[in-house]
Amino acid sequence: MRRLRRRSPPKVAKDKGRYASFTRRTLLLSGGMTAIFGVLAGRLYQLQIVDGDSYLTQAEDNRISLRLLAPPRGRIFDRFGVPLAGSRRNYRVLVVPEQTRGGVAAAYDALAKVIPLNERVRGRVLKDAAAHKSFMPVLVADNLSWDDFARLNLELPYLPGVQPDVGETRDYPYAEELSHVLGYVAAVSPEEKAQNAEGDQLLDVPGFRMGKRGVEKTFDKDIRGQAGASRVEVNAYGRVIRELERKPGQVGEEVYLTIDQELQSFMYERLKDDSAGAAVMDVETGDLLALVSTPGFDPNAFNVGLTPDQWGALTENDHKPLINKPLAGFYPPGSTFKTVTALTALDAGAITPDTIFHCSGQFTLGSHAFHCWKKGGHGAVNLRQGLKASCDCYFYQVALKLGIDALQAGARRLGLGAPTGIEIPGERAGFIPDRYWKQATFKESWQLGETLVAGIGQGYILATPLQLCVLAARLAGGMQVTPHLVHSLGAQKQPRPVVEPIGFSPEALAAVRDAMVAVANEPGGTAFAWRITDPALAMAGKTGTAQVRVISEEERLHGIRSNESLPWKLRDHGLFIGFAPADKPRYACAVVIEHGGLNAHPQVQLARDALTLAQKRDILGRPTAYPVNSADASL
Amino acid sequence: MSVHSYSDRRRPASLSHKLSEVNWRLVVLITLIACAGFMMLYSAAGGSFSPWAARQMARFVVGFFILVAVACVDLRVWMGLAYPAYAFSLVLLVAVEVAGRVGLGAQRWIELGPLALQPSELMKIALVLALARYLHGLVPGEVSKPLKLFVPLAMIAVPVVLVLMQPNLGTATLLALCGALLLFLAGLSWYWIVPTLSAVALAVPIAWQFVLHDYQKQRVMTFLDPHTDALGAGWNITQAKIALGSGGIVGKGFLLGTQSRLNFLPEKETDFIFTMIGEEFGFLGSMVLLAMFALVLYYGIQIAMKARSQFGRLLAMGITVNFFLYIMINGLMVMGLIPVVGIPMPLISYGGSAMMTVMFGFGLLMSVHVHRGIAVPKRSSGMI
Repeated sequence: MRRLRRRSPPKVAKDKGRYASFTRRTLLLSGGMTAIFGVLAGRLYQLQIVDGDSYLTQAEDNRISLRLLAPPRGRIFDRFGVPLAGSRRNYRVLVVPEQTRGGVAAAYDALAKVIPLNERVRGRVLKDAAAHKSFMPVLVADNLSWDDFARLNLELPYLPGVQPDVGETRDYPYAEELSHVLGYVAAVSPEEKAQNAEGDQLLDVPGFRMGKRGVEKTFDKDIRGQAGASRVEVNAYGRVIRELERKPGQVGEEVYLTIDQELQSFMYERLKDDSAGAAVMDVETGDLLALVSTPGFDPNAFNVGLTPDQWGALTENDHKPLINKPLAGFYPPGSTFKTVTALTALDAGAITPDTIFHCSGQFTLGSHAFHCWKKGGHGAVNLRQGLKASCDCYFYQVALKLGIDALQAGARRLGLGAPTGIEIPGERAGFIPDRYWKQATFKESWQLGETLVAGIGQGYILATPLQLCVLAARLAGGMQVTPHLVHSLGAQKQPRPVVEPIGFSPEALAAVRDAMVAVANEPGGTAFAWRITDPALAMAGKTGTAQVRVISEEERLHGIRSNESLPWKLRDHGLFIGFAPADKPRYACAVVIEHGGLNAHPQVQLARDALTLAQKRDILGRPTAYPVNSADASL
Repeated sequence: MSVHSYSDRRRPASLSHKLSEVNWRLVVLITLIACAGFMMLYSAAGGSFSPWAARQMARFVVGFFILVAVACVDLRVWMGLAYPAYAFSLVLLVAVEVAGRVGLGAQRWIELGPLALQPSELMKIALVLALARYLHGLVPGEVSKPLKLFVPLAMIAVPVVLVLMQPNLGTATLLALCGALLLFLAGLSWYWIVPTLSAVALAVPIAWQFVLHDYQKQRVMTFLDPHTDALGAGWNITQAKIALGSGGIVGKGFLLGTQSRLNFLPEKETDFIFTMIGEEFGFLGSMVLLAMFALVLYYGIQIAMKARSQFGRLLAMGITVNFFLYIMINGLMVMGLIPVVGIPMPLISYGGSAMMTVMFGFGLLMSVHVHRGIAVPKRSSGMI
């Protein structure tokens, strides 16, 4: 100890200097530490107080996820309340990867032993499972049959991770019969998503299907309803922890069509093997009672998703099931157009009902001969006889007297050459030529011969079956009706324009109608063989044939080949417009059967039977099932 | 010399006397901070003591006894153990480097019987001890002499390089800073300090180019712009900031932190636990915790200033600085001010190694306090 003490003074002196230095530097360092703490506190102040609200929003965004709920799609009914589009149960099977024993592949293979599944599905399921979190169910198959679904439920205890599920899918009980009227629903395409200007969130709901054609497309926004929402709390992996709030969606509007399904089914059944377009219309209102396009397609298959084979069959069919023929198929109206020529000429004073023209079997204009369909001719012909026998020479001369400009204007007044404005998309305008169009298109002036050809509905003139039906209705009622398919959306009646008179003189209209009655009721009339024999139900009408091939001069000399002897593609189109009852028209009808211009006149037979059925069912007299609201009742 | 210390007495102080000399206010403060940690671990588990809170409490109890035990051991004994401890830690670091050649990315653990040891944690204490012992023997002027300075620099550099090779940038930074600050406190001349700092500033771009691992560069890059990789590496930073910020002034309440409960927060029970405090207790809770940390540092500095021996002072400051660096690096990291490096929040984060190191360190700090009056000879080998 002594030694230690003795040695300590220099040590203490040394340590004093050291202590002073240490103290200074410690204080300096403390200052540094304080500064760092200041930085930490300042940063916390910035994060938690200055930006706190913004971060709180981000935290809420993190944890709260809005899951949209797709509401049931509004149903579609016919005028008497027959459901045309509704929902059916969709039996599905899903796999939840994390609940399987031995992985998705094993679960799939076990499942494949219970219900039929193909190898292509296996690859998709494994890919889907790999792409999502393991608690996300993966769809294996849907639209299972009840038998498969029942078997699956029975085997469920031995299939860990397999989840049966009952969903809803759009169902069209009348399938092909109404395919072009109703359209179909299918998954939203990227383009549709991009065009979603209103930002309807429904389009983002997985599995949501939107209307793609027909009524489903036009009224899609009303029918689809409004998305419900479920606010759920999710964790960082997207797993739902709990539901915070649920707002049910609003069911889509129910749609009531003017269609009578019984008439529709009857006509479809008769035409299903043909390629045809037909329509039956209320003469006073323009309400369509039937709008048939054959062959149709099965909209239920579109909903599920077509297989390449199904799609191929649809596109390769020469009867073109994907074309909506009454709206988008256009045909030369042929002799049905003679009613237009007649009415316009009468109204313009170019002829009177008693004006006589001579038919020798051909009419010569300049150096060119224009033939009548009847070799040898009809002799002296007035309006009634001309229409009844469908004399071409008579109408060549009427057209010549009337001129193309007046004829064109008359055709337009009767609804040709412009879209009818029906509610569903895909309508085409048809075509009525005029001299300006000819000049602009061909750089040639209009030829008189072309006026003649136009007078019998050939040449450039094209019309859709729907336009022909409108023509029939306007001839029958003298009112400017337009076609309608939809009566009401929910309880709201669809607005209808006031129907104005067509503006042709009543005498002219009466004369044409009288001639049309003769066509279908008097011996010698082109439709006499297929008349309605009950006088109370009698129809009036006009037949037509549209050539699809050029008849050669040689053929004229040696006899025109019969349609029956030609290949289907080369046969004439068969057309008919008509209305009934003949004396007080209620129903108008038009039928076009492609390449159906046969001696048996199937188009006239169909019109006869459809008009008979419509009158016997008294479609327009029966009480409808329309839900009419009080506002409408007061009207 | 009016100071009465144990060395003046003939007989060593009794255990009970030593216990009475312990700064119990500091011990209580440490316990309070640890309790805050238990709460957060309980909350991190969704309101459950398992898997984290219960084990952490058990560790703290062990750590508590280590603290008291270490505090009661004479400072001279610790001085005598300084070099052996440093050598032992160095050997373990090398062993981990050699044994851990095979395996996953970072090799930081070594199995010693039932114990899984992190040698880099041991080194944090050992380096402080060794440096304090070496610098204790130098007079102020000597520290700046190149030959004398070479030894402590090597003592710092060797473990830093070894830890960098693991690779563990966070701990290496912590060791380097801690060593450098001890040299600073020991009186290193400004003529050394200023040029060195300048050199470091110049070296940063070079290190970026040649030394840093790809994943380390990635961390820096995502730190600079977290949104470039918002769902990948930037996720941690983004979610941590959201958790802190969304706490607001008073927080969402205990057990009500959505970011942590719904697993948006990564590593919420370890490195990012401070963000849970920020989220559930807000700015006020964070500030209370920071204040408690600051108080611990204040006690540490006070103990250092009152120590009679240079060894005691440097040891106390070494421990204090070490504790401070933990808080600084972790705090700056979770608040998005520096890149993410694996440094836990002391006493709070879940983890056995770190808890033991920190409690052992506080034991040493307390030993300095208990033995503050002791004059430590230049060489203390006689005490062992």
